[in-house]
Amino acid sequence: MEASFQAVVDPYARADFFLVFSPEEVGVEEAFITFTALPADFLLKVGKMRASFGKVNQMHNHILPWTDRPLVTQDLVGGEEGISDAGLSLSRLFPNPVLFIEAIGEVFRGESPDLFRAPRRGDLTYVGRLRGYRDLTESTNVDFGGSFAHGTSVEGVHGLHTQLMGADLTLRWRPLRRAIYRRFLARTELVWSRRDLAGGEVARAFGVYGSADYQFGRRWFTGLRLDRSERADDPSLVDKAVSATLTYWPSEFSQVRAQYRHVSYGEGIKADELLFQFLFSIGAHGAHTF
Amino acid sequence: MITRRLFLLAGAVFAGGAPAGAALKVVTTTPDMASIVREVAGDKVTVESMARGYQDPHYVEAKPSFMLKLNKADLLVVVGRELEIGWLPPLITQARNARIHPGGPGYLDASTTARILEIPTGQITRAMGDVHPSGNPHYWLDPDNGKRIAQAVQAKLSAMDSANAAHFAQRAADFERRLTAADKGWQAQMAPHKGLKIVTYHRSWPNFVDHFGLDVMGYVEPKPGIPPSPSHTLALIKAMKEQDVKLILVEPYFDLKTPNSIARETGARVVVMPPSVGALPEITDYIALFDYDVKLLVEAIKATGGR
Repeated sequence: MEASFQAVVDPYARADFFLVFSPEEVGVEEAFITFTALPADFLLKVGKMRASFGKVNQMHNHILPWTDRPLVTQDLVGGEEGISDAGLSLSRLFPNPVLFIEAIGEVFRGESPDLFRAPRRGDLTYVGRLRGYRDLTESTNVDFGGSFAHGTSVEGVHGLHTQLMGADLTLRWRPLRRAIYRRFLARTELVWSRRDLAGGEVARAFGVYGSADYQFGRRWFTGLRLDRSERADDPSLVDKAVSATLTYWPSEFSQVRAQYRHVSYGEGIKADELLFQFLFSIGAHGAHTF
Repeated sequence: MITRRLFLLAGAVFAGGAPAGAALKVVTTTPDMASIVREVAGDKVTVESMARGYQDPHYVEAKPSFMLKLNKADLLVVVGRELEIGWLPPLITQARNARIHPGGPGYLDASTTARILEIPTGQITRAMGDVHPSGNPHYWLDPDNGKRIAQAVQAKLSAMDSANAAHFAQRAADFERRLTAADKGWQAQMAPHKGLKIVTYHRSWPNFVDHFGLDVMGYVEPKPGIPPSPSHTLALIKAMKEQDVKLILVEPYFDLKTPNSIARETGARVVVMPPSVGALPEITDYIALFDYDVKLLVEAIKATGGR
């Protein structure tokens, strides 16, 4: 369960808190303040947040179009928690007539649960992202980005680093006259991981997913996702998966989702799973993320 | 070659960052607000709407391209009453433009001076559907509110650009005069049909029917924002037959399947009624919107053999 508290602090800032309640613990998913009135098209976020690495890493579970996260996230980008840490995020728009361009630079404490650890105070995590966006027509647009992350590997040995490079591409179609009935979104993310191993060796792994989601009725969505990822420590192990989803929205505040997933793990194990998810939101009407 | 392209791109980036010229840049959420700003300001401002007239203004996507428009805006005019709550707040947060934040010098909520209907008095729950807690946001569909919006726009623009205050005052007065004259014509056309019972898809028309004396006896949606359900549709058909209701108004962004099947059962007529400027190419401004809607409605009433 996630609880969110979002409010404007003063004319210069707003605060966003997202708390997660699970049977085991209560955690802070994100808690940050955004300074919205900086000069020169800058925006500053301070606090604990999901890093701006690619697309899926920035999404909370409830806005994912699936019940799970792609294998490349599990294998290379820190799993469920992803790159999520306390730090600073500074971004800037570069307004121009051709393209929406946003550049983001982030520095974190260095502790993302399953990816980065900081044995020394100076072992920070750095994340950078350059994002482009363009309307192709009033209904169709393309969104693309390149991301970078660098930090000390999760084993916590000073000097042994993990570096990630990412590329993402999203194509959206949503006809304005039938916006509440039809939409299509195709997305792919590619991640290259480079991890220092003890003994001077380097493990290089690559992972990718491609997905497509289609809304075919006011309350119905269906989707398909293909996954392929090598393991960060042992690229010879390759995990592959195919998923299909069907989602039903009784209203914009609740949804029911079923996902069939066939996974073939690197060790040779195969799994067929049927996953179900019920989501609902209460309280003030939140804004929809794009 | 690559270097030259980079230079071109860099040039474009810097050109885009150049300071604004003399004309104020106005961005509105809907084309109705843009039309009224245009009436008041003429060529003294540039004005652009984010939503299109044929789009459901509740469900606009918060596209990054809108962020760029807001980034350069001197003034943002919103419909308010939470119409844009699903998409505008993140755009404002990320626009890097403190002027247009709510309460900022370049923010105008056009609803503050308008006459707002359906302000809930009791406790609101989601069980009622997507009810707007501060009243019905479709208030621009009353020409008297058009005048009030124009006055609010005039006051705001005059405060921001005092050198042109007389120009704005003169244009606002002219708009009010033309709107009053046009409204006399609309009222005359609608007068024979006062009290006529109609059905609408969504609660988009309370101000319109209040102004022209129509009576909405039911909605295709069981509750605001909730899609039609079979039991509600059957109840509506029964009520329409009992009360001899012959008109179903549907906004252009809703599916016609349910309205058409209700029409088949009841012998009523489905009228796709534009609620905003730009919903059709010929609806070029605020006055043209009422010209079109009143003509459409009167023709439909006549075709159904109504009074």
